[in-house]
Amino acid sequence: MATLTLLQAINDALKTEMRLDDRVVTFGEDVGFVGGVFRTTEGIQKEFGEGRCFDTPLSESGIIGAAIGMALYGLRPIAEIQFLDFIYPAFDQIISEAAKMRYRSGAQFTCPMVIRTPYGGGIKGGHYHSQSTEAFFAHTPGLKVVIPSNPYDAKGLLISAIRDEDPVMFLEPKRLYRALKGEVPESAYTVPLGKAVVTKEGSDVSLFCWGAMVPVCMEAATKAAQKNLNIEVVDLRTITPLDVETVLASAQKTGRVVIVHEAVKTAGFGAEISALISERAMEYMKAPILRVAGFDTPFPYTLEHVYMPDPVRVLMAIEKVTQY
Amino acid sequence: MEIVQILKPDGTLVNSSLEPKLSQEQLKKLYHYMVLTRLMDERGLMMQRQGKIGFYVTSTGQEAIVGGALALEKDDWVFPAYREHAVGLFLGMPLKIFIAQLFGNSEDANKGRQMPNHFAYAPIHYVSISSPIATQVAQAAGAAMAMKLKKQKTVCITYFGDGGTSENDFHAGMNFAGVYKAPCIFYCSNNQYAISVPVEKQTAQQQISEKAKAYGFPGIRVDGNDVLAVYKVVKDAVDRAKRGEGPTLVESYTFRMGPHSSSDDPTRYCPKSKLDEWAKQDPIKRFKAYLINKKLWSEKEDAALIGKIKQEISDVITEVTQAKPPALSTLFEDVYKEMPLTLQWQKEALLEEAKQKGSFKDSSEAFPL
Repeated sequence: MATLTLLQAINDALKTEMRLDDRVVTFGEDVGFVGGVFRTTEGIQKEFGEGRCFDTPLSESGIIGAAIGMALYGLRPIAEIQFLDFIYPAFDQIISEAAKMRYRSGAQFTCPMVIRTPYGGGIKGGHYHSQSTEAFFAHTPGLKVVIPSNPYDAKGLLISAIRDEDPVMFLEPKRLYRALKGEVPESAYTVPLGKAVVTKEGSDVSLFCWGAMVPVCMEAATKAAQKNLNIEVVDLRTITPLDVETVLASAQKTGRVVIVHEAVKTAGFGAEISALISERAMEYMKAPILRVAGFDTPFPYTLEHVYMPDPVRVLMAIEKVTQY
Repeated sequence: MEIVQILKPDGTLVNSSLEPKLSQEQLKKLYHYMVLTRLMDERGLMMQRQGKIGFYVTSTGQEAIVGGALALEKDDWVFPAYREHAVGLFLGMPLKIFIAQLFGNSEDANKGRQMPNHFAYAPIHYVSISSPIATQVAQAAGAAMAMKLKKQKTVCITYFGDGGTSENDFHAGMNFAGVYKAPCIFYCSNNQYAISVPVEKQTAQQQISEKAKAYGFPGIRVDGNDVLAVYKVVKDAVDRAKRGEGPTLVESYTFRMGPHSSSDDPTRYCPKSKLDEWAKQDPIKRFKAYLINKKLWSEKEDAALIGKIKQEISDVITEVTQAKPPALSTLFEDVYKEMPLTLQWQKEALLEEAKQKGSFKDSSEAFPL
């Protein structure tokens, strides 16, 4: 088994699935010849040719619009948007077209496609290379939103996303691209969409998180252990469809919940999880449900490290709910 | 401005050498679908006025668009806007499917999920229509890229209006198709108005076909009220695409003789003189005169055809209106291939609510646009 970074695992997933299924094509700005600005598609054009891995004009709506056309025609397109922050010219194609195609046509036409895009802060990228706007997509029926937190899941989830019959937003935590390594099998294994994983079992507080916040929560759990608090960390992996069973089971078990995300707090996906628990498991709650999130400001530059949730801020929330 | 025309408004040939070699059967089929479209539109608008359906989009004056459909083959794909009924019907969308879509009932192939005139019909690759303008243009380029990649000898044709050329996705689709030499035909129905906004306020380039130059492929302007000319330019574009020579932009110069939709009143923005002038260019009158000149058609046959089609439309309406509204559970289906648990919960809650309420009152107002 190879030890790969998250970035290498994504590259491995793309190659693995492209070898198995000649309907799979991948494209975007700088994706072909140079292998992507982060090098996630490195070597793919060389192995599979310009027909299946290519550079596109600098046009996000063109990239997604073309991907929809390809998916309708029977290919399995994987479109890369260079940064999630640049996706908005394609918003119409994603929200009005890809997400609604199956429903509006009575399932006569479908869009099995993946939109891969790096998201999140921690690389000193300012407003336009740092945002976490997964809630926009989670708010749109018809889309799936998948966010891996480690190399193993990244490969397995991406293969599942490519094989899925519906459009999938695959958000890659760019801060973790090269930050951690893990064992990744060479086979074409899958990690199912819509299934969360309990990364660390615990009994005192449930931390719900995804993407780059998973290692932050794990570190907070370690710090809490020094204070004799046994923290459960749940990595959602897919925010839509949400694994409500795992979320509710954990909330019912611990009775104390903290949700951690990089995205701005107001109307972030944490609010949805909080509401779900309030609607379905209120009687189990021993403390208010708290959120540790980005502030309701545009993403900053110099004070990025202050803006982003860190293990200490998460620990402070853990202490709040345990001392309630 | 250069424009391809084969039939003069009186139905005589501009130049007999231009006359396409079409069989009697093909010519009559074109005419049949032009008349069907006109009559269906009259009936559709009437049904909207009577409150039987919520909305309707007519294509009156633009029926010659059907000429392009004759240039297509069964594996070609269509990415329509919402004023190409004639193309869909000609290619084989059953009238029953068309009319059921207007009613959005359980016979509707879209399961009542879209407002009238937003058709989709997979057997003829007539891709689902949406209301946002020109999104289909970029998609058509992508499907054409896929055809090329799969080495198919097929084409995509996408339809949009003069207003659509102002949208991002017109640019994106034209640009992508140009770069990848995709087998895509971009068919712009320049009917001179985007709802109330005249084409002069849409673009400073009044010959829309010229825009193709910016993308590195040919553009051609055709008399959009001349069904033979429309057939010819689309056929040439299809042949070119199938030879691997890439896309073509076709500008059909035409005129919307009716409202934008059932909710629009064109007398507020379109001078009557313009309407009168274009009435003389009526594509159906023109083609009928040509067929009569060729001794392929007669007034008697024409009256019989009109009577037959009106009866067929009435019969289908009677049949379709027997159908019930879509079942409540269909509200939740087809969001995803598999229904997520949260959606199952919502479905169960609605079915429970239905038990308590007995029925749901539809108090929606008529659509205002």
